[in-house]
Amino acid sequence: MADRMITKNIMIVGVGGQGTLLTSRILGGITVKAGYDVKLSEVHGMAQRGGSVVTFVRYGEKVAEPIVEEGQADLLIAFERLEALRYAHFLKKDGVMVINDWRIDPITVVTGVREYPENILETLAQEHTVYAINAMEEAIRLGNSKTFNVIVLGMAARHMDFDRQAWLDVIADTVPPKTVEMNQKAFLVGFESKVS
Amino acid sequence: MSLDKKIMLGNEAIARGAYEAGVKVSAAYPGTPSTEISENIVKYDEIYAEWSPNEKVAMEVAIGASISGVRAMASMKHVGVNVASDPLYTVSYSGVNGGLVLVAADDPGLYSSQNEQDSRCVARAAIIPVIEPSDSQEAKDFTKFAFELSEKYDTPVMVRTTTRLSHSQGPVTLEERQEREDKPYTRNAAKYVMMPGNAKGRHVYVEQRMKSMAEDGCSFPINRMEIQDTSVGFITSGIPYQYVKEACPDASVLKLGMVHPLPRKLIEEFASRVDKLYIFEELEPVIEEQVKSWGIKAVGKEIFTVQGEYSANLLRKAVLSEKETEYAGKDVPARPPILCPGCPHRSVFSVLNKLKIHAAGDIGCYTLGAVAPLNVIDTTVCMGASISTLHGMEKAKGKEYIKNWVAVIGDSTFMHTGVNSLMNMVYNQGTGTVMILDNSTTGMTGHQDHAATGKTLKGETVPAINLYHLCRAMGIEHVVEVNAFDLPELERVIKEETARDAVSVIITKSPCALLKGVSFPNVCRPVPETCKKCGACLRPGCPALTKNADGTVSIDETMCNGCGLCMQLCKFGAIEALPRVTGTGK
Repeated sequence: MADRMITKNIMIVGVGGQGTLLTSRILGGITVKAGYDVKLSEVHGMAQRGGSVVTFVRYGEKVAEPIVEEGQADLLIAFERLEALRYAHFLKKDGVMVINDWRIDPITVVTGVREYPENILETLAQEHTVYAINAMEEAIRLGNSKTFNVIVLGMAARHMDFDRQAWLDVIADTVPPKTVEMNQKAFLVGFESKVS
Repeated sequence: MSLDKKIMLGNEAIARGAYEAGVKVSAAYPGTPSTEISENIVKYDEIYAEWSPNEKVAMEVAIGASISGVRAMASMKHVGVNVASDPLYTVSYSGVNGGLVLVAADDPGLYSSQNEQDSRCVARAAIIPVIEPSDSQEAKDFTKFAFELSEKYDTPVMVRTTTRLSHSQGPVTLEERQEREDKPYTRNAAKYVMMPGNAKGRHVYVEQRMKSMAEDGCSFPINRMEIQDTSVGFITSGIPYQYVKEACPDASVLKLGMVHPLPRKLIEEFASRVDKLYIFEELEPVIEEQVKSWGIKAVGKEIFTVQGEYSANLLRKAVLSEKETEYAGKDVPARPPILCPGCPHRSVFSVLNKLKIHAAGDIGCYTLGAVAPLNVIDTTVCMGASISTLHGMEKAKGKEYIKNWVAVIGDSTFMHTGVNSLMNMVYNQGTGTVMILDNSTTGMTGHQDHAATGKTLKGETVPAINLYHLCRAMGIEHVVEVNAFDLPELERVIKEETARDAVSVIITKSPCALLKGVSFPNVCRPVPETCKKCGACLRPGCPALTKNADGTVSIDETMCNGCGLCMQLCKFGAIEALPRVTGTGK
């Protein structure tokens, strides 16, 4: 490991049930393998039932606090547009956002109490560096919609310092054996995508 | 990294600690944030692990195992400790044979709970020690230490965790399991039969034990001083320790691994070495009030809240007087948790809502029936309370008053403590209608089995307790089973049973939509040509449905579980069920 490094802060945000936990497990795995101290903080229980969920990943030489606070995230991975908007203020000024260009209406929108904000990606791009991909479409094309989160992770991985093989290895170590190939393929769709 | 280092959830590390400590018996009832302790313990073949029907039973199972001479553990969420408090307060007196640990998982910030109570207060009242780790590594190490402590001081020990610790992952160095000889059991009524004469004697011992621990605790390695800049010092423990290290890395810290009883001499020494002393603890001022009672000057709850979770930013603002950052969030539509697409509770609630029936509620996913658009649940207190609160209403206001009320309770919660309340309704001649929403699992906590599912924590198939026959055995004549998605039949049965002047039980049956093995052959698809834009399909608030700008609806096929509720609610045949195209992952 290099000289004392500043702790890197990553957030994964989405809607309960979208698989933020799997993604954070892959992220945790790769940082530990690289020899860093790491802390991940997750949400279990009631909020997982379709609520707004956030997972924090922090790695570096020595990590104390397990959560990322406002204005501290280097990388924000969002599995849904509205959730990207909700947590945008957690990003550092020079932080990067990787967004799944996908809409899931919260109950407040379904019941007509609120409207789903228009032009979220454009709004966010005015203040932040934003990369977006419709990973759900890509995943369905691959034959399994559930792999969309690994596609998004692949895109986010381009903004982290781990090489392609390290990612493929950690995916193989983390996901159920039967789904390794599918997940590795999905990861590469994001990792090698030309979208910007 | 060496092979013996692994990244682990706090709860996983507690389970590992129990394994390495040679634990042989583990009992628990699921509850966020404690559930994953048992789900990880069960992976070790050397440990017998079970889901008990409730926390009182789990605690007693662990007590029995301890008396017989093996190390035993019970795990539960904070409110579960209330249920287990009856045996807990007395096993404090009788003490242990094999080491006995109770893991209490608190939930500051109420991520998934009905209150924000502090289990340390329970431990103080029960006169037992409390150990509090600060990360995954400590979660494992301190759990092992708790068993040593338990046997050395003849006491049950509480290991207290919080949501942030239980659900954070960090590296853990693994060690081998220490197999332990079972301690011999010898009959000792003065210790294990807690009747007045014996308990009097044990109470003397209990007080002495706590005094010894308070003294010895000054040299426990888990209570440690980190003397750096002495102008500011913090007494802290658990996860708040990490916030101190993050926000004030140069400050002096007294990190308490044992938060009850407090190591008074060590605290006095630390206080004398720092100029300004802060006490930084989430929830109640448990440490603070004791320290201040000794005449030590310190700042605590004057500037730190008793509510919610702490953070490094909270500390920066309060102590370093850092200004509010300009990182304000945008005003975006809230996304509270909701019932999943295909959830059988939504179907039942849509009928109750239509019939304008109030529900005394309980603890589970179905608590979400309290909010718009379903608005069915009127009350939620604790596990099992739905049936008894409805009974209380009837006794207060008469049977006519509850004709438009039902009690709503899940299968797991019914087995937990609802069954006692139903007995009471029968015994005391109530006439209430109880709806058991049987989805064949403990849903909210992530699908744990219970006595009525026919499977154990270890995965063995066992005879399932039959809810219908159980209710019938209580002498209830009117017990009806209904398919949770059969809307006309549900409506008919609910009308009939609520009108009845006798206790009745309606068991609505349909497995949780997320349960393993539940498959969905169909998806629902709108037929815009016949849609009259009435919005009936949207009323139960299924998240897979969206209203289009022109008033028709769209259905997200990746979310739709094909339950057909929206299709049943459409009078115009404008939603059809089609076989799912493969590849959408359901």
